[in-house]
Amino acid sequence: MSKERKLFLIVAAVLIVGSFLITTQMENRFYYKAAYVVLQYVVLATAWNILGGYTGYVNFGTAAFFAMGAYTAVALIKTWKPPLYVLLVMGGLVSGLLGLGIGYLTLRLKGVFFSIATLALAVVLQMIISNWSYVGGGAGTAILKPRSVPMFSNYDEFLFFVMAALAVVSVAVAWLIEKSWVGRGMAAIRDNEEAAECMGVPILKLKLFATTVSGALMGIAGAPFSYFVVYIEPTSAFHLDYAVNSLAMPMIGGTTTWLGPLVGAVLVGTAQQIATVTLSSEMNLLIVGSLLVGFVVFAPDGLVGLFGKIRARLAGREA
Amino acid sequence: MLSIEFLLNALIAGLLLGGFYAAMSAGLSLSFGLLDVVNIAHPAFIIFGSYLTFYVNEHFGFDPILAGLVFAVPSYFLGVAVYRIYYNCFEKTGAESLRGLVFFFGLFFLIEVILIITFGVDYRLVRAFYIGKSTSIGSVGIAYRLFVPFLVGGILAAVLYLFLTKTFFGRAIMGVAQDSLAVQLMGVDPIRIKTVAFGIGIATAVIAGSLLIIIGPVEPTIGREYIGRVFAVTVLGGLGSMTGTLVGGLILGVAESFTSSFFGPSWALAVSFGILLICLAVRPSGLFGR
Repeated sequence: MSKERKLFLIVAAVLIVGSFLITTQMENRFYYKAAYVVLQYVVLATAWNILGGYTGYVNFGTAAFFAMGAYTAVALIKTWKPPLYVLLVMGGLVSGLLGLGIGYLTLRLKGVFFSIATLALAVVLQMIISNWSYVGGGAGTAILKPRSVPMFSNYDEFLFFVMAALAVVSVAVAWLIEKSWVGRGMAAIRDNEEAAECMGVPILKLKLFATTVSGALMGIAGAPFSYFVVYIEPTSAFHLDYAVNSLAMPMIGGTTTWLGPLVGAVLVGTAQQIATVTLSSEMNLLIVGSLLVGFVVFAPDGLVGLFGKIRARLAGREA
Repeated sequence: MLSIEFLLNALIAGLLLGGFYAAMSAGLSLSFGLLDVVNIAHPAFIIFGSYLTFYVNEHFGFDPILAGLVFAVPSYFLGVAVYRIYYNCFEKTGAESLRGLVFFFGLFFLIEVILIITFGVDYRLVRAFYIGKSTSIGSVGIAYRLFVPFLVGGILAAVLYLFLTKTFFGRAIMGVAQDSLAVQLMGVDPIRIKTVAFGIGIATAVIAGSLLIIIGPVEPTIGREYIGRVFAVTVLGGLGSMTGTLVGGLILGVAESFTSSFFGPSWALAVSFGILLICLAVRPSGLFGR
């Protein structure tokens, strides 16, 4: 094991333990709710970036994968109410399979057609869920939280801890992919798919891997959603905000590294939580939209790229 | 239960709707189909046009179609400005595939949010003497609120067709679509041609917006439903073919009308995406593809 990997794992473990320790100290429930949303976006943005940033396929259908995870969980809760880890696994499985299916679409659909297909998927799935009365149909359904969990004083704190752990795990997954030959292969696909294939990069396998992992992570992030919101309905689960945010955050942070989506999600996510409270939810969307367009136009490499440039310039001045 | 009248009514309603769908997609067919500018924000410009129409109709009693035609002129320049940004930031550097797409998606979202902030999330509608009336031929009812957009949409598509095939500028646009380098060698600046074409695309989107609000009430987020529709029509008809766009629009209109007659309106939206997915998988070049 390389030194870098050891360090990364230690930091990851410290963060997970740290988030558990926080729950033993802090009381205010609002912060847990807010932190949960931000961490959920860390997972979604990182997952989006594995496909969008590394491989270059723009997914507009984050909401579809997220909501499939959430609704898989709802269906399971309605039948036999399994423990949360089962929901996470099953949500990830269903959305991962959905991702695999979308992956086969990349055989025929490139560029904008792939993106529209993912958007189409979200709309069609929302329609199916809205017509499926077992999980509440269009009107939605109420989900009862488990009354208590061992070691945590209430369920919100537990959910916060779970999402923190998921965020750490997904960033670790992105990091592992990026540092391995898989990540380099994906970058080759992003830069020039034909050339990559000619050089012997197994492009189909890598694309399928990217769509599956990305979809599965989004599904896992969605699995605890119904417990978090208590009342779940298709419009909120399939909201376009998920697609826009999970795409805007890596774009703002920077798409080529694991750090970009993390920075973007933490900054934009936190800013949104503050803006929703102090301004209004529409203003907060306006801010995200403007930031997205602004960064795409003026700082295509995101914040990480900007910092890199500034650092390079400072280093140049010293030398 | 299944009478001929019922089928005929559904067919006529579908054809009328289809003419409007063609008008809606004509601009996209121009910018995306011919010039490869993936303007995913096209439906947002349509809704923007609907709200402009609503505003002048509500406050000054403008006729919706007249409003659409008047606003088409400033929106042409809006389109020119958008294309200039797009060209300078993305197309010139070859970054259009990923970031250009995201740029238009962001634009789509921004327009939607700005409309929500200015006008709220309520459904808005316009008044005109022909809205709410209808005529009937035999047992088939024809609502004017569908017929007028059908008519204007048909004229719009026809004008665009004539423009593309008969005028110098139109032929230059077709030329850029076929071989941009050859056009450049003939002494025509392809970027200028593309700018004009994109401007016209946005202008037609705004006209289509005025038609949309005649057909039914509009709210800011309704544009999402039309992303699937406009792209389905453009792809089904074959990229860049005006005849194809018209035929594609009619097919989608009829298919949607039958679906909502038999299975209920909540399934109508799935039709466009279904057509789109099948078309992309089976015949990506569309019916009249180049």
